[in-house]
Order: sequence, then structure tokens, then C-alpha cells
Amino acid sequence: MKKAGKRQRRGPLAREAQITGWLFVSPMVLGFILLLLFPLGLALYMSLTDWPLLGEYRFIGLDNYRHILSDAMFWKVFGNTVYFTAGLVPFNIVLALLLALLLSKSMRGIGLFRTAIFVPVMTSLIVWAIVWKYMFATDSGLINQVLLLLDIKGPAWLYNKDLAMPAVIVTSVLKNVGLNMILFIAAIQQVPRSLYEAATLDGAGKAKTFFNVTLPMITPTVFLTVVMTVIGSLKVFGQIYVMTQGGPNNSTKVLVYYIWEKAFKMFQLGYASSLAFVLFVVVLVLTLLQWQLRKRWVFNEGDA
Amino acid sequence: MKATHKPSFRMTSGAVGTYSVLTIISFIMIVPFLWMISTSFKEPQNIFTYPPQFIPATFRFQNYIDVFNLIPFHRFYFNSVYIALLVVLGTVFFASLSGYAFAKIPFKGRNAVFLVLLSAMMIPHEVTAIPMFLFMRELNWINTHLPLILLPIFGAGGIFGIFVMRQFFITVPVELEEAAMIDGCSRFRIYAQIMLPIAKPGLATLTIFTFVTVWNEFFDPLIFINSRELMTLPLGLSLFTDEVGTAWHYLMSATVMATVPLLIVFFLAQRQFIEGVAMTGLKE
Repeated sequence: MKKAGKRQRRGPLAREAQITGWLFVSPMVLGFILLLLFPLGLALYMSLTDWPLLGEYRFIGLDNYRHILSDAMFWKVFGNTVYFTAGLVPFNIVLALLLALLLSKSMRGIGLFRTAIFVPVMTSLIVWAIVWKYMFATDSGLINQVLLLLDIKGPAWLYNKDLAMPAVIVTSVLKNVGLNMILFIAAIQQVPRSLYEAATLDGAGKAKTFFNVTLPMITPTVFLTVVMTVIGSLKVFGQIYVMTQGGPNNSTKVLVYYIWEKAFKMFQLGYASSLAFVLFVVVLVLTLLQWQLRKRWVFNEGDA
Repeated sequence: MKATHKPSFRMTSGAVGTYSVLTIISFIMIVPFLWMISTSFKEPQNIFTYPPQFIPATFRFQNYIDVFNLIPFHRFYFNSVYIALLVVLGTVFFASLSGYAFAKIPFKGRNAVFLVLLSAMMIPHEVTAIPMFLFMRELNWINTHLPLILLPIFGAGGIFGIFVMRQFFITVPVELEEAAMIDGCSRFRIYAQIMLPIAKPGLATLTIFTFVTVWNEFFDPLIFINSRELMTLPLGLSLFTDEVGTAWHYLMSATVMATVPLLIVFFLAQRQFIEGVAMTGLKE
């Protein structure tokens, strides 16, 4: 950055840099304005209106937001979203951490395990959800068939209001745990060897080494990954759409599903926009938190 | 998937534990795929056979052919492939061009502009989708592929690409560029002939990321596409799921066909992909 400042004083070259620089970034800047900034502003405005698909819209001030507060279905989907997130995040993080620890050593067959665990990350979410819908199927599903071998009559997983959400959570964890695992492996491999050698010299056991050396060293990555995973969970949609359609009895209807339903099935575009803004604010707060953490922890990222 | 090949005889109890945990978890990850492939060859009546058969009694290849008669599967396929290719090409070009400028060309306001673009990545897609739907309707672009191609290139996906490419270009020494400038090369030539070849690993990462993201995109096709002929694989498959109900043999043949190309890309580029994930720290 500092070098750039010095070079700007060079006359014709500097003027050329102004023009070419802006020229090169202009397609993306234009895209940003038209596809992100403008829609964001319009969404904010729409959230203050009653906006049907056809016909005139009507400005209604904060009525949509007031309505959200008294909308029983909103609180239901809000609760479901929190349930999904609270179920998924610890499960995902702990499993990813465990796998990363096991897979960061060098041992035979390690590549094979890593690949196996990473393959679902590469698979389409929709395909994964379809296959797991089948795995959880009441009669023909593999899970219930295996249970039957053990003489247990399996439940109708996706049609039971207490079991549908856990089933979706398990499906989602298995889909994405490999991604977090890779991030953790990378972090673990960056812990200086000398620290482990010192710990060994001090006679620290495996557990002690993990809690006193590895964990503190990878805390930044763990926190950033947690925030990222929380944000991802709050936006869950595809697997719900395929596996349960929000049912049974709305037990898996999450925020984005509700937004989609209001916007594109019922065409209450104004109300849907206000719901989307609630999501935006939550994500915004989490992202700012993430940036704060990044600034404190991740050294020199900007000029890496 | 074979988990442990030829472990040495002096395995400690710790290693045994490690291998067992890894084997179980890997097994859980792989079983759905095996089950999917197995079912895709089954006779309909064998789907409900108990106890479960991993190797079907009789193989029915006809399932794969029937799928094409039940749904315009080849259309889904074609649409997914060509949209993914266009988006990858577009993203690689525009994101690397911007990434180069943000990293190497000292123009006024570049850091501010870069930060503004970056911060736009946190806008949830669901927020902008609603106005975008109206916008596309005004343009008469609903039920066309234009939004599916343009939104990822110039929207958040493209901005992520800028971020990745800038990280790469920033490490290139200035001297290289200065020498070329003294020789009278234009910036565009420097970008195309010097920078792009250097940034191959970055371009590879970006290509794979973009391909996977676009190939799997579901929300946008769901809101912008109505007619079957224009659907992409994820959307077409989800529709098919609703339609065939428990005809799992058809559904599984379709998912096998939809999954294979992606897995091939993955196995070819596995190392780059995993390194890319670790390096960029990831999105979503």
C-alpha cells in the first residue's frame, strides 16, 4: 500500500494508473451497484410497504416489522432456526475438530479417510438431501432396515415432528463437517513443532498437550469457523425444501423457508422483505463480530 | 471403501482407536453413495426387500434409460453444464481483472472500493433475491438463464473471486511489472501475458470453487425458472423427487448421473481444492 502512494507521484504513469485501474474494476463495481447495492436499498424500502405481485404497492411504514413481532409463525420459524443452529454447530465443530486431530498426524491410509469425509462437501446439497431422504425413508430406508435387523421398528423419521429436525441436522452435519475439518487440519499443521517438543519434554500427556498447546494455538480458526458455521446454519434452506418441505406440522420450517414461502408462493413481497431484513441484521452482527475477531487474531491477512 | 490397508503389526492401542473411529465415520459418509448406486440398479420390487441388499439380485440398467423418458434429464444436464461453464469463464475473467487492479494498479480510492465490495459479501442472498425477482421481471428475464449466469459473475460470487485473485497478485514482485512497463507493455498485456500465467494456482482454486457453487446452486433457479426445459440439475431433481414419490430406483439413477461429473472434477483437482479451501479460509 505504501509503495503505491509513492508511485502515484510519477506523472503520466500515475494518470494512466487512475484510468486503467478504474476501467479494470468497473465491470465488477457496476455489478455491485446493480446486483447488490440497488436491490439492498429496494429491499429496505419494500420492507416498509405492502407490495403485492400485481397492482400498486402501498407504503405502510413500520407495520411489517410490527406484524413480525405478533406473527406466531415467525416465532415458530425463528425457534426452529435457532434449534437447527444450536443442534448443528456444536455437533459439527466438535466432530470436525476430532477428525482434524486424528487426521493431522501422518499415518497410513490418511488420504483415503480425508477423501471419504470430504466427498459429501463436494456433492450437491440437493443430491445429498435426496439420498438422505431415502436413507430415512420409513419402510425402504436403509436406517430403518438396519434397525429392523436389530429387531427395532424404526420410526417415520421425517414425518414425526420431534424427529424430523434432528434428522435434518444429522444430514447437514455429515454434508459439511469435512469443510471445517480441512480448515482445522490446516490450522493444526501450522502450530510450530517446537511447542509440541517442549510439551513432550515437560512430560505432558496427549490430553494435556491438546488443551494447553493445540487448542490455544488454533483458537482463532475455531472461532472464525464457528461464526461462519452459525451464519450458514441461519440460512439453511435446500435440505429442508427437499426433505421435509418445512413439515411435519411446521416443525422444520426455518426462517429462509418462511421468507421463500411468503415471497414466492404467497407473493407478499413487502412482508417477505421485512423478514429478510431481520435475517440481514442478524448476519450483519455476526459478520462484524467475525471481522473484529479476525482483526485481533489473524495477523497480516491484508497484505499476505 | 477399504479403510485400513495393511497396518503394521506393532500398532498401539491408540492407533487402533484412531483407525476404528475414522473407519466408522468414513463408512457413514460413503454408505449413502453405495446405497444410492446400489438402488439405482434395482428392480422396483427389490427396493423394499428386507434384509437390505447392497448388491442387487438382478441389475436393471433400464432405470437409467427410463429417467430420460420421465423427465427432460438431458436438458437439466445440458443447462447445468453450459451455465456452469459460462459462469466460470466470466468469473475467472472479470474477477482476475479486478483482482489484478486492486492488487497492482495504484488508482485513487482502490482500498476504499475494495472494502466496500468485500463488505457486500455479507448481504444474504435472500435479501436481494426479492427485489432481483422484480428487476428480472421488468427486464422479462424470468424463466431465462440470464439471471443464473449474470448474478454469480457480477454479484457476491464474483466479489469472492476478486478477493481470491487479489491475494495471489499481491505476492507478485513489482519489478516484474515495471520491467514490462519499461518495455512499453500496456496494462492489459501485463495482466494477460504476465500476471495470468503466474496466477494459475489461484485461477485453479477459483475455477473449482465457482464450478462447484454454480453447479449446486438451488435458490436462484427455484425462483427464476418455471419451465422444465430450462431447469438445472438440482432444481430438476428436487421436482422429480416430488413427482416420483417412492420410485427410489429412478431417483437414485438420476442422482448418480448428477453426481458423477462433480466427483470426477473433485478427484482430478482434489489437492488444489483442499489447499484452496485451507488457504482462502472459506465462504458460504
